[in-house]
Amino acid sequence: MLEKSKLYTIWVYLQAEPLFWLTLTIGAYLVGDYLYKKSKLNPLVNPVAISILLVSGILVATEISYERYFNGAKFIHFMLGPATVALAIPIYKQINLIKKESVSIFVSLILGSLFAIFTTYYFAKWFHLDIEIIYSMMPRSVTAPIAMGISELIGGVPSLTAIITVLTGIIGASFGTFALDLLRVKDMTARGFAFGLASHGIGTARAMSRNETAGIFAALALGLSGIATSIIIPLLFKLINF
Amino acid sequence: MLKSIFIIFLFQLIGETIQKYFDLTVPGPVIGLILLLTTLIALKGTKSIYIKNTKEEISSTSNYITSYLSLLFVPIGVGVVMHLSYLEKNYIPVLAVIFISTTLTIGFTALLMEKINNHLKKNVRKK
Repeated sequence: MLEKSKLYTIWVYLQAEPLFWLTLTIGAYLVGDYLYKKSKLNPLVNPVAISILLVSGILVATEISYERYFNGAKFIHFMLGPATVALAIPIYKQINLIKKESVSIFVSLILGSLFAIFTTYYFAKWFHLDIEIIYSMMPRSVTAPIAMGISELIGGVPSLTAIITVLTGIIGASFGTFALDLLRVKDMTARGFAFGLASHGIGTARAMSRNETAGIFAALALGLSGIATSIIIPLLFKLINF
Repeated sequence: MLKSIFIIFLFQLIGETIQKYFDLTVPGPVIGLILLLTTLIALKGTKSIYIKNTKEEISSTSNYITSYLSLLFVPIGVGVVMHLSYLEKNYIPVLAVIFISTTLTIGFTALLMEKINNHLKKNVRKK
């Protein structure tokens, strides 16, 4: 009995500290990554989705609030910023290939971004979603901080946009490969670029794990589409009465 | 390692400052990425061994960080799962829109880019 209460005291202490949540997050990711590699990089065995489900399951089972978890895991979250800056290096290394394909990059960037925005808008209308939800969905293909900023600007709900954006990343990373195989797209620069454009960082992570060139073009699209979309959407709202 | 981490953090810091100062929708880290890329391009022809070594160092640190890119999305992703109730009764149509539009966008963009690349390559060969 005494032993049990002692363990409980230790648990109360540990769950208030970052160490436990950091270890759990990394551990869950290692499990996800192991299964992903074991499945020979099957896109449906997405390591991000697996680790998210593992950690969420543990939080629900132990009745720990997300805020408490995040307070510990925020050090991992913090690294997203520096990791984004660090993507400058792979892009720099491929600068010659990027220059060579600059025309196709520019055209695909503009048309691809517009395609994402308009298909989101019209399919959401078709499903009779509330206008507030539609606005929150429109910037969903770009990285979360950009998407949330745009959402606020056009009258969406930023926290809803954050959820929708992350779901977009996971769905793109899990199903994008099937779409590209179905269409028989062989060009690795095009495959990677589409992943980064439509499903931001999570899609980029998937592309990087598969092919180096695809990963670099995904990172390029991630940055470029973030900038393009933050210009295009406010501009569209001035031109068209959505 | 430490020097390259310092440089990456510094570029993010400059990016965040610019974003706040000009009130931009583009986030600080993306501005940091653009600035670092511009700096690397500007220093391309450098003969200084010190700068070359620093570039090497940043390169290996960057490889290390970006190879764990997926891990960095876990904390925010857990938040998504824990707050799915925000979507209320809408979660099926919302997921349907995301699924349809995302897979179509990936297909459309990749096909378009491949077609343009092939077209341009053919034209180069003709010349």
